[in-house]
Amino acid sequence: MNKLVSMREAYGNALLELGETNPKVVVLDSDISNSSKTVYFGQRYPERFFNFGIQEANMMDVAAGMATTGLIPFTNTFSFLATLRAGEQIRTSIAYNSLNVKIIGSYSGLSDSYDGASHQSVFDIAVMRSMPNMNVVAPCDSVETAQVIKAVAEIPAPFYIRLCRNELPVFFDEGYEFVLGKARKAREGRDVTLVVTGIMLHRALQAADELEADGIHCRILHVPSLKPIDSDAITQAAEETGALVSIEEHSILGGLGGAVAEVITSTFPAPLERVGIPDVFAESGDYYELLDKYGMSRQDIIAAAKKALKRKHP
Amino acid sequence: MTTTSPTANVEELAKISNQIRKKVLNMVYKAQSGHLGGSFSATDLITVLYFNEMNVDPEDPASPGRDRLVPSKGHCAPAIYVALAMRGFIDPSSLYDLRQAGCMLQGHPCMKSVEGIDISTGSLGHGLSIGVGMALGSEISGIDFHVYVLLGDGELNEGQNWEAAMSAAKHSLGNLTAIVDRNRVQLDGPTEEIMPLEPLLEKWQAFNWKTREIDGHDPADIKKGFVWAKGNRDIPSVLIANTVKGKGVSFMENSHLWHGKPPSQAEYEAALQELGGDSNE
Repeated sequence: MNKLVSMREAYGNALLELGETNPKVVVLDSDISNSSKTVYFGQRYPERFFNFGIQEANMMDVAAGMATTGLIPFTNTFSFLATLRAGEQIRTSIAYNSLNVKIIGSYSGLSDSYDGASHQSVFDIAVMRSMPNMNVVAPCDSVETAQVIKAVAEIPAPFYIRLCRNELPVFFDEGYEFVLGKARKAREGRDVTLVVTGIMLHRALQAADELEADGIHCRILHVPSLKPIDSDAITQAAEETGALVSIEEHSILGGLGGAVAEVITSTFPAPLERVGIPDVFAESGDYYELLDKYGMSRQDIIAAAKKALKRKHP
Repeated sequence: MTTTSPTANVEELAKISNQIRKKVLNMVYKAQSGHLGGSFSATDLITVLYFNEMNVDPEDPASPGRDRLVPSKGHCAPAIYVALAMRGFIDPSSLYDLRQAGCMLQGHPCMKSVEGIDISTGSLGHGLSIGVGMALGSEISGIDFHVYVLLGDGELNEGQNWEAAMSAAKHSLGNLTAIVDRNRVQLDGPTEEIMPLEPLLEKWQAFNWKTREIDGHDPADIKKGFVWAKGNRDIPSVLIANTVKGKGVSFMENSHLWHGKPPSQAEYEAALQELGGDSNE
């Protein structure tokens, strides 16, 4: 088992580092700084830290205004509030003007599990991916989170970054470098490709081990950059393995599954099965229990892989 | 049209406003699309901002130290476009392409296509927050400039304004001035019928802003208002500018029906005559 490290802690520390190296970085929070871990930045750089209380819409437009003056704002709130309550602010002020704002969606997917469906965020990728000018990134572990934060600060464009509330197994070592628009082969295989984003990488790797025991060799394509998406790597996977499974902690509508389908329908059509949350709201409960219950268990991945294989063109 | 000095006197300002209204009428008539009522109510405010108040330079439109205008009531775009053309920011010949595909002048202000527009607007309720962000940007970066936010009164129905008002007071933003175009009419009818705003001055005061009522059609009073606002250090100021929707054209004045309706040929000719005739003078 890989070491467990908190994604939030990694984010908070990455911001702290950015504060040191980049005086243009400012951090905006909406009354969750103790949980989002922006509190570290706030304590060290109080003159560049702004707590808006519970004002997500105002915060997002303030960030847009700041960006027009050359600052690099990082906004922080629950991912469902960022993308839906403040979604119009993101669209009109940040995306339309292509402003250099980094929108951090905390507690994405089901990771605010005990708080229930009111707090869970299962269609944020679909919303953000459809906005022109917007980049969408979902890291899988603490190392990648830190790398993503560092990388996006250097790219003058709007970003939505999807973070998980939990401690997660670490896959990458400190030498890892995130590249926007690039997917990464996490495992080589020729029978079927598991295309995975965010925290589901862990379960995809476990499923691939089990499938290997059945003689099914899975390729795993890790996709942190949902937009721009690595069309070449996905097309190559369709060509070389002939069957795909998309795996995400998100609705099966409009997220990674949708993005992969959009790519291969116009490049190299191949059977695609989608693992994710069916078109339902979830409920309160233990995080991993909910992932199992709502379509994202290891068994769900295995079943989807076998189904995709069966549908494979002869 | 020529570039006009940014320190025009009161008589010149009144004349410029009249020119702007005539051009706006022509543009909206030609496009058969656009907002006359709210453009005319805000014209004198826009005139004073661009020809007397704001430190902006068409030779260096993106200068970091320039004053900013957030046209939160973005539907007054035609009046702003004319002011920008008269100040030399944009080519006057582009004015008559308003709202046409492939042309520069979008229906609502767009910072990506028009030099001199500091932020894209159009969707109501965003501007004050954006102004707060710009004012904070000035403080953080240590570059001194003033931020003006032009708000519609109907727009104040949007709750986000009051979030922004709270945050401006929290941060003691003396470099932020809001101007409410208080024409008392929104798209569907009188503001006090559709969603009552009064007591409006007291609302802003309760949010810890400095408040002052001005005559939004009197350049001298508008100028005085800006002097007063800039004198308020460490506290944001709001000017409640009492205006008339459709100002300058009798049959458009105070009528919600002229919020977003283009004039017919007969209406256009009557309106142009009321504004003093030939638009090409």
